[in-house]
Amino acid sequence: MEFVTSSEKKKRAFALGLRYAVMIALLTVFVGPFLWLFSMAIRPMGADVYELTLFVENPTFGNFVDVWQLYGFERAFLNSVMVVTFIIILNIIICSLAAYPLARIKFPGSQVVFIIILSTLMIPFQIYMIPLFILMRDLNLIDTLTAVVLPFSVGAFGIFLLRQYYMTIPKDLEEAARIDGAGEFNIWWLVMFPLTKPAVAAMAIFVFVAQWSNFLWPLVVLDSREKWTLPIAIEFLSGGMVERTQYIAAGSVIAVFPVIVLFFFLQRYFLGELTLGAVKE
Amino acid sequence: MRLFRRCERRGAAAAPRATPILDRVPLRVRQVFIAYLFLLPALAVMGTFQLFPMAHGFYLSLFDYSPLSPESEFIGLANFRRMFEDDIFYLSLMNSFLYLLVVPAIIVCSLGLAVLVEPNIPFVHFFRACYYIPVVTMMVVVALIWRFIFDTDRGLINQVLVTLNILGEGIPWLTSEAIALFTVMTVTLWKGLGYYMVLFIVGLKAIPNTLLEAARIDGAQPWQILLFIKVPLLLPTIALVAVLSCIAALQVFDEIFIMTGGRVGTSTLVFMIYETGIHDASMRMGYASAVGVVLFGIVLSFTVALWKFLEWLTAKVY
Repeated sequence: MEFVTSSEKKKRAFALGLRYAVMIALLTVFVGPFLWLFSMAIRPMGADVYELTLFVENPTFGNFVDVWQLYGFERAFLNSVMVVTFIIILNIIICSLAAYPLARIKFPGSQVVFIIILSTLMIPFQIYMIPLFILMRDLNLIDTLTAVVLPFSVGAFGIFLLRQYYMTIPKDLEEAARIDGAGEFNIWWLVMFPLTKPAVAAMAIFVFVAQWSNFLWPLVVLDSREKWTLPIAIEFLSGGMVERTQYIAAGSVIAVFPVIVLFFFLQRYFLGELTLGAVKE
Repeated sequence: MRLFRRCERRGAAAAPRATPILDRVPLRVRQVFIAYLFLLPALAVMGTFQLFPMAHGFYLSLFDYSPLSPESEFIGLANFRRMFEDDIFYLSLMNSFLYLLVVPAIIVCSLGLAVLVEPNIPFVHFFRACYYIPVVTMMVVVALIWRFIFDTDRGLINQVLVTLNILGEGIPWLTSEAIALFTVMTVTLWKGLGYYMVLFIVGLKAIPNTLLEAARIDGAQPWQILLFIKVPLLLPTIALVAVLSCIAALQVFDEIFIMTGGRVGTSTLVFMIYETGIHDASMRMGYASAVGVVLFGIVLSFTVALWKFLEWLTAKVY
């Protein structure tokens, strides 16, 4: 039992009120810029885009339509979706396959293989970007979406995350399946893989956010308009001769809005990549 | 249990068709084979698109290579010697180091944020989620939003400052050599805070309540609990945040490309690699690779040094 005096109570209520006040004030810092972007995106052409108001006169959604139809955002959106879908599927398959033996099979060389895989975490992409460009040129893949997908179709972080998760599955399960006569592949595919769903989901979301936003590599490897992904299309608008701020804002909203909506629905999975690892410690 | 029945059925169906040779191989050996078979796709992709280019980068750094000229001459360490006379390299190196100033800022701000939203009070999840939005937003868009906000003539910040008569005229946030890099740094900070905040919340939740209770009973003030109990216990998390944000700071590219285009002396090492190797008409890929090797050395030594230092610090505190 804690003895709380009334002055102590008042003090605590005041502290709590202050905490909420600060939290609400910080919303302007973290959410305000996005509202500002949206208000810019719905201002009609010819209106003052920078006018200091969130209340827009004659708001229009025409900017979104224009950007979508006239400035190739439809194509860019589809390209982005395609690239990200392929990258996620490949990551799920390749990382799961690699993580399973590293976590559950004792085999000679497992330590060395694991260290080789982890070592790629220490090598930032930007450092081997130029040789990678040369490799893609030699493979005749410059200006293709394949070139955007391939280098990111597996990641050491994903393998590490899944390996940690595979290690928590009890050994009995595997042995029961083996006694029942399941082959090694079926043990993985029918018994183990379905159990790692939370970790796979966390990895998929992590890869989604990173690749949906990927800018530098598509910028290096893509040339023609029909191949552009969203970040490149947005950058093109903003670096154009005639800067149409409404269009830049509208394009940005198109690129960002789906991710934010998804985030609010799947928050648990978005944070999974951070918290799954922590639980294990 | 349905799962097992499915296995059984498949196993039973497959058994007669399975090659007898593979069945006679002992489980141990079969498992080694399976292990490498499963690892093959990952090792093949990583080898081809990550490890091979990395090695090739070291090799290229010794050549005067450009895709535009047919001959590529072996020049030994001349690329590295050239850097010492290159003003752009010095500037980029300086800026990359300067950029590390975001690391302490990130640690302090995200820890503060985590302390703010750590208690389980009503609606706190909503606030946490809101602070996390910049993390899931692409940097290109984030950089554009802040480019609008930091615009010298019409930007939100300068408009407010001038309208309220705090300043006579706007500050050239992104066009002045003295402050442009720092302006970009605030954007990197803003975008990352939510991510590190979550790491700190996880760390704070792991602190045993009994310790905090004991301190409270002994009459410790909240700020004393934070400074003398929570922070020391958070050292492993602080170490992790320091290493992660340090590596991220050395890799900065998008925000510089969008906000200043590398002008007004804001080029960093990564920006320089892109400029000299890809964007510049002469495409000096050999030289750019050499810069990449230097960056690799910096990233590696910083990661190892920071980790060792914080390990030592942690050992000393506990």
